[in-house]
This record gives sequence, structure tokens and C-alpha cells, in this order.
Amino acid sequence: MSIHPQLNKNGELQHLLTTEGLPVTILRHILDTAESFTGVTERDVKKIPLLRGKSVFNLFFEPSTRTRTTFEIAAKRLSADVINLSMAVSSQTKGETLLDTVNNLSAMHADMFVVRHNQSGAAHLIARHVGPEIHVINAGDGWHAHPTQALLDMFTIRRYKQDFHTLRVAIIGDILHSRVARSQIHALTTLGVPEIRVIAPKTLLPARVERLGVHVYHNMTQGLKDVDVLMMLRLQHERMESAHLPSTEEYFKYYGLTPGKLLLARSDAIVMHPGPMNRGVEIDSEVADGSQSVILPQVGFGIAVRMAVMSILAGN
Amino acid sequence: MQLPDAEQLLTLLIEKIRLDVTDKTTIVGIHTGGAWLARRIHQALKITQPVGVLDISFYRDDYSKIGLHPQVRPSQLPFEAENSRIILVDDVLYTGRTIRAAINELFDYGRPASIHLAVLVDRGGRELPIAARYTGAVLTLPESSMLELRQADDGKLSLDLRSIVTE
Repeated sequence: MSIHPQLNKNGELQHLLTTEGLPVTILRHILDTAESFTGVTERDVKKIPLLRGKSVFNLFFEPSTRTRTTFEIAAKRLSADVINLSMAVSSQTKGETLLDTVNNLSAMHADMFVVRHNQSGAAHLIARHVGPEIHVINAGDGWHAHPTQALLDMFTIRRYKQDFHTLRVAIIGDILHSRVARSQIHALTTLGVPEIRVIAPKTLLPARVERLGVHVYHNMTQGLKDVDVLMMLRLQHERMESAHLPSTEEYFKYYGLTPGKLLLARSDAIVMHPGPMNRGVEIDSEVADGSQSVILPQVGFGIAVRMAVMSILAGN
Repeated sequence: MQLPDAEQLLTLLIEKIRLDVTDKTTIVGIHTGGAWLARRIHQALKITQPVGVLDISFYRDDYSKIGLHPQVRPSQLPFEAENSRIILVDDVLYTGRTIRAAINELFDYGRPASIHLAVLVDRGGRELPIAARYTGAVLTLPESSMLELRQADDGKLSLDLRSIVTE
């Protein structure tokens, strides 16, 4: 097994598991390819024959609407057959192990697995287990990684800001529980963003987060100064096993993005959010629906980016 | 081997196409060589409809063998494909597989009234029932060679023949 389980022996992408350690050439290739797919949506026939005859299995062990739907649309636009499996209500509850499930689906001639799981490393485990003809995409594993979300965020930034090398980017909110934040930090670093800030209360930051090369801020007034890109994170109620915060109202008061706080950033700064949003908790409605928000375009870009990832993987 | 001059072939090709141009004619070039030619033809014939460019990477029939091309460009068809009269332009016509892919892609934009093919060089070797309506030159070349159109910094076009090593 190589150090990079997501690359094949030729250094090409075999699986997409994390943005950590992903070579910049592959990152750019994904973003460039996605650019070509954005045009497909505007055509008469919103379909491309690349994955015709291939079967893509969406294995979602954790609820998700947006990610699962955009993966499904992406696969269908590439002419693949898509099979959606909500594993929470399936054989897992009958006691089947994860790898037994994968073996059974492989026997049904799956070509690609899109995996969402609440355990970190689930997609890695499947990727190590499957044969060389099967590709695995991590659609979010525990607190670990969510590479396609980070890639669509990179695509969004490039659309609005072009050059990564001059940007000041702030990631704001629940960094501790966020696989999105980790994947964003790795991708931003690889693409050459010189200043990445994380803004959060101490209780929502992982220990020694500075080791990822980010600047840590505990208050919005200092953290948002002169920022070009604001990447909001969702306050993850369902992951809050212990009390990290006094209350969501208190959180909004200090860390919620309001029009007033947004004024601290650059006047042409963009506001992003991976969704689903908690209005009035991490973001004010006026900002979410405002002129600097690119939250809805992000969703559309997510389809193009996922098409790019799938078509590159299936061709390798 | 002495190759013909690409600029002279283009002039010849333009004159052949000129006879059939109407106000409904649209020009679509296949990336990259075909796109260079399409822009020149479009300009020379003063075509009113904007020029289109296709990157057929997503429609190639060898995708499952060689994967996705590392540099895919967006296709641009800035006119209504439905009922359009398209002259599809490419530099070299060989197996016909690129043209098959291009026709498939065009139909995903709508149903054209007609598609005709214009190529700078037809080098034979067809593997599909495809023929060009307008041709600059017909050449017979060894199978182990690759004929490519080049564009210099000043826009001047030339043909280049390379031998390819087959595995």
C-alpha cells in the first residue's frame, strides 16, 4: 500500500479520500475540468456520455440531502446509473459489517462508491478493501475530511477571486467538529493562499490547530479585518455531545456573521457557507441573502466539481 | 516528405466554402487546430453568426482506455443550435472518430438543420462512414505518422508531420 492510498502507481487519482497531500496538479486539473462542466448545465441536453454503462453507488451511512443530491445529479449528468442506499435504515441495522456490505455491492458490479459515514476513516477502509477497478469518493467521514466540499469551495473562490496567491481567507465557526474546515485548510494551503485564519471560541478549536499553518483568532473584530473570503461553518448541534457553548444566542452575539461584522472585511469580500445554514446562529439572514453571499452559486458549482472528480476517477 | 503550405490550403478551403455560405451559415471549430481554422474562415467569409468551438474530450470513444484528457476546455456554441446550418471545421480528417464525437456533442445542444464537414487535410484511414464536403488537400501518409496543425505567434499556420512510436 502506498503512502497516498488515493493515488495509483502512475500517480493518478484512484480514489478521492482527502485533500491532504493531494498534489497541486491534480487539484488544478479537477478545478479546470469542472470549469468545462459548468457549460453542460446550460445546454438543451444536460448530459454527457462519459460514464454511460457505469454504476455509481451512493452509500450514505449518515443523513445528507444536499451532498447526496448533488452527487446523484453529477453522476446522472455523466450518464451513469445511480443507486442510492441510505444505510441507516438498511442491512447495517441488521448487523452486516461495512466490508460485507461493500463486498455484496461489488458483486453487483459497482464501478464507484460515494461514501458518507460518521466514523473517520470509513472511506479509506473501503478504498483499501475494493479491487483496482472500483473507485471510492469520500463524501464526508466523521470529523476527518470532506474533499469534494473543499474542492467546490476552491472552485468558488477561483471564480470570484482568480488568484489564490494574494488572498486572506477566514474560516469561521465550529472548526473542532468540522471535516469541511480540515479539507479547506489543506486545499487552500496547497493552492498557495498565503494567509488562512480560523476564527472560533477556544472550545470549538482543535488542540494545536496552529500546526496546520493557520492564524488563530478568538474574536471577529480582529479576525475579519481585511479578509477577502469568509468561509462560514455550520454550528453542528448533532455533534455537540458535551456543552461547548453557553447558548446559540450567545454564539450568535460573538461569532454570528451580521452586516455590521461583515463591514470589517474587505468591501469586495465574498461570503461562503457549505450548508445547511442555521440562520440567526452562525449567519444573519441579511448576510446570507445579501450581495456578497455566494452561497447559492456554491451549490451549482458543487455539481460541476463532482462531475469533474467522477470523470477523472473513472478514466484512471 | 514535402508538406503543402497550410496557409495556401486554407485559402483554397475558404473559396470552396464561400460558394455555399448563406445568412444562416454557422462555423464551428474543433479544439484546437479546427478552432484556429474556424476563426480564420469565419473572418474571411464575414459570417454574421458568432463562431463556435467544441472540445470533444467528453465525447471521445477511447475515454475508457486512456481516461480524461488533461486539458479540457469548455465548449462554446454562442448561437441557437436548433435548426442551424453548421459547417464543422477540423484540421486533419483521419479515422473519423473525432468527427463522430463532435456530431454527438452538437446534437446535445439541439437539432441542427444540417452539419457539413470542412477539413484542411484528408489523410484517408477512415474507420467510420464519414466524409468531408470541403477539403484543402488529400494526402497519403504512413500510419506511423501524426499530422498536426501548428499556429505561430503571428497567427501563421503550418503543418507538421511527426513519426509516432506505437507500443
